[in-house]
Amino acid sequence: MTTSPTLNFDTDWSYAPAPETAPVELADAYGLFINGEFTDAKAGKTFGTVNPATEKRLATVAEAGDADVDAAVTAAQTAYDKVWSKMPAADRGKYLFRIARLIQERAREFAVLESMDGGKPIRESRDVDIPLVAAHFFYYAGWADKLDYAFPGPRKPSPVGVCGQVIPWNFPLLMAAWKLAPALACGNTVVLKPAETTPLTALKLAELLRDAELPPGVVNILPGAGATGAAIVNHPGVKKVAFTGSTDVGKAIARSLAKTDKRFTLELGGKAANLVFADAAIDQAVEGIVNGIFFNQGHVCCAGSRLFVEESIHDELIAKLQDRMKTLIVGDPLDKNTDIGAINSRPQLEKIEHYLKLGQEEGAEMWQPETPVPARGFFCKPTLFLNCAQSSSVVQDEIFGPVLAVQTFRTFGEAMTKANNTPYGLSGGVWTDKGAKVFKATSKVRAGVVWANTFNKFDPSSPFGGYKESGVGREGGLHGLKEYCSLN
Amino acid sequence: MKPDTDTIVDTSTDTHASPRLAVAKTYKLYLGGKFPRTESGRYYKLFSGGGDSGEVLANVCLGSRKDFRNAVVAARAAQPGWASASAFLKSQILYRVAEMLEGRASQFAAELVSMGLEPEAARAEVTTAIDRLVHFAGWADKYQQVFSAVNPVASSHFNFTILEPTGVVAVIAPEASPLAGLVSALVPVIVGGNTAVVIASHARPLSAITLAEVLHTSDVPGGVVNLITGDKAELLPHVGTHMDVNAVVYADDDRDQLAALREAAADNLKRVVQRGGVDWLGDDANDPYTILATQEVKTTWHPIGV
Repeated sequence: MTTSPTLNFDTDWSYAPAPETAPVELADAYGLFINGEFTDAKAGKTFGTVNPATEKRLATVAEAGDADVDAAVTAAQTAYDKVWSKMPAADRGKYLFRIARLIQERAREFAVLESMDGGKPIRESRDVDIPLVAAHFFYYAGWADKLDYAFPGPRKPSPVGVCGQVIPWNFPLLMAAWKLAPALACGNTVVLKPAETTPLTALKLAELLRDAELPPGVVNILPGAGATGAAIVNHPGVKKVAFTGSTDVGKAIARSLAKTDKRFTLELGGKAANLVFADAAIDQAVEGIVNGIFFNQGHVCCAGSRLFVEESIHDELIAKLQDRMKTLIVGDPLDKNTDIGAINSRPQLEKIEHYLKLGQEEGAEMWQPETPVPARGFFCKPTLFLNCAQSSSVVQDEIFGPVLAVQTFRTFGEAMTKANNTPYGLSGGVWTDKGAKVFKATSKVRAGVVWANTFNKFDPSSPFGGYKESGVGREGGLHGLKEYCSLN
Repeated sequence: MKPDTDTIVDTSTDTHASPRLAVAKTYKLYLGGKFPRTESGRYYKLFSGGGDSGEVLANVCLGSRKDFRNAVVAARAAQPGWASASAFLKSQILYRVAEMLEGRASQFAAELVSMGLEPEAARAEVTTAIDRLVHFAGWADKYQQVFSAVNPVASSHFNFTILEPTGVVAVIAPEASPLAGLVSALVPVIVGGNTAVVIASHARPLSAITLAEVLHTSDVPGGVVNLITGDKAELLPHVGTHMDVNAVVYADDDRDQLAALREAAADNLKRVVQRGGVDWLGDDANDPYTILATQEVKTTWHPIGV
């Protein structure tokens, strides 16, 4: 390997395999979860879900059609009218606490299944996704009987009704928790669609909800693709829509709801600027940059996918970053040493590879470490683009992969202008050891979440959501409650 | 504090041998702190009492797409400065607007009557507008305290959530309430540090332009509020599709207009705030949640330690 200013790559850097072995019981086929029962799709349609690290089929899953959506919305409406909105709020809270506990009890099983179905490293599903799922239910469980304290003023909150929720494949169970917990705490019932490549943990969650004896119809889970999502969004019985996914689909949803008074929240794409000033602690910044873009293979809407480095430290920082990238292990998601797991699906891998080609064609300089990559499965090396133009596609477009576009700046003003030169505004990062500069920079970045001297941190009490074309509304925290209540 | 009735000047009575010729006002747009005519040169006639014929009250500017785009440029240029003005200063300026409006209450009432309002309704429009300004002037340095949060995250971080203005906001004023409705829709937008482009009531546009004179003499920086008169059916499609507008407050009552606006607004995910069906003269319009409607929620994470 190459000589490095900081690390000796002439020694052996290979690790012994450390596979996670916790068992997961997986059925051969899964149905739709409607009114507390698993059923086949009325039209009999199914689809397969594969392990992206092995390309092997994990299970066959029923695909919900219009009639199934209608049945689920009816079940949710009945549960809303007869049970959930009428129940003492403290009891709603107790159901949510119970769900949180059951998730903690089965945490390892859920983590393994999440990594199998979605490709993310077990270290992340075990230490980030599943703990946050349980924490989210815990946090909102406590709100259920305290909603009168959440909204200043004389008006009292009441639930909205049946909520239609459509979630993505990058944090499958976590996004389900983000959507379900506040909706249920406020007294709403739900029809939820998991992504077509990652339906399994949501269906396992359905089993868990039955174990928790959650009343039938309060949560209905309908696997499917875009058509299923559209049927949920446009069903007249759905009073509130919550969507996490691409900006294009988010805009289409906003258009399709234009003639209705349905409420909606959208968590959409991002192209976050991660700004490193010359006075930053560089080694910490390098860790933050790596966590910012290579966490979850870069399948993160708030990923720090644009790196802005103050010109005077560019060469030093990039050398350290490249060294750090050489140590990243790309491979089996179930191996506890793995840093970068499998790309979620073949189409997503093809999209990333398209951008790797396009970035080079447009004149940016691509760099990848010589990391070995498994022969089978969908994998992508961590990638840098150096000397990027502001107009480059790898700077402008959300790639949703482990691809970092690097640019430089000389002045604070230039940094902010470049950072905000994007239609997105989901997140941002600022690295400097000067306290006053931290506050100046975080207040100038036009984004809903800004990390100072850290990146990609999440907490159920911390609101999350985008400015501009990154979305509408917030999820998480006190501010995530408002979306699921009407004030009267 | 009441004016002495002996000092009030009635300009219609003559003190000379021949009747005095009144001086009529030219009503223009208000863009970037200036009062230009519409670049299109177009106008529509406003008749006394709000009818279709009779005495002409004014040749009102029929604002164009270009006027709207110019207004957005002015609003965008003014936005960072207005957002960074201290809450205390914004509060004082808005209170100053109320003071100026109070001083010209009779003029506004007479103008509303000339457009067809009953005197009692005209007075209610004016006093409500003044009181609304005072109410929201007081919110300027309070809504942030009431609606922000410090979040007890589980990791070792100081995490807080604050509100920031969404940016440039188009305000579609109600036809029904030409002054109180306009002020009630506009003030929550600007108190939060946004700048605004207002599409005034088509049927009763004069109050908006006279309000611009009040804003202009109250230290509201040029470009913070821009006012356009014209045909909503013509202008709204351009409002919806403009890519440098962050939000639209729709305060009128036409469902089809609202739906079309929402559909077009999806192009850049403008926030569309529906404020139809409001009793503009009632206390319900004092709702601070209307400030939140054009605010973005920002959460910042700082590590604790090291």
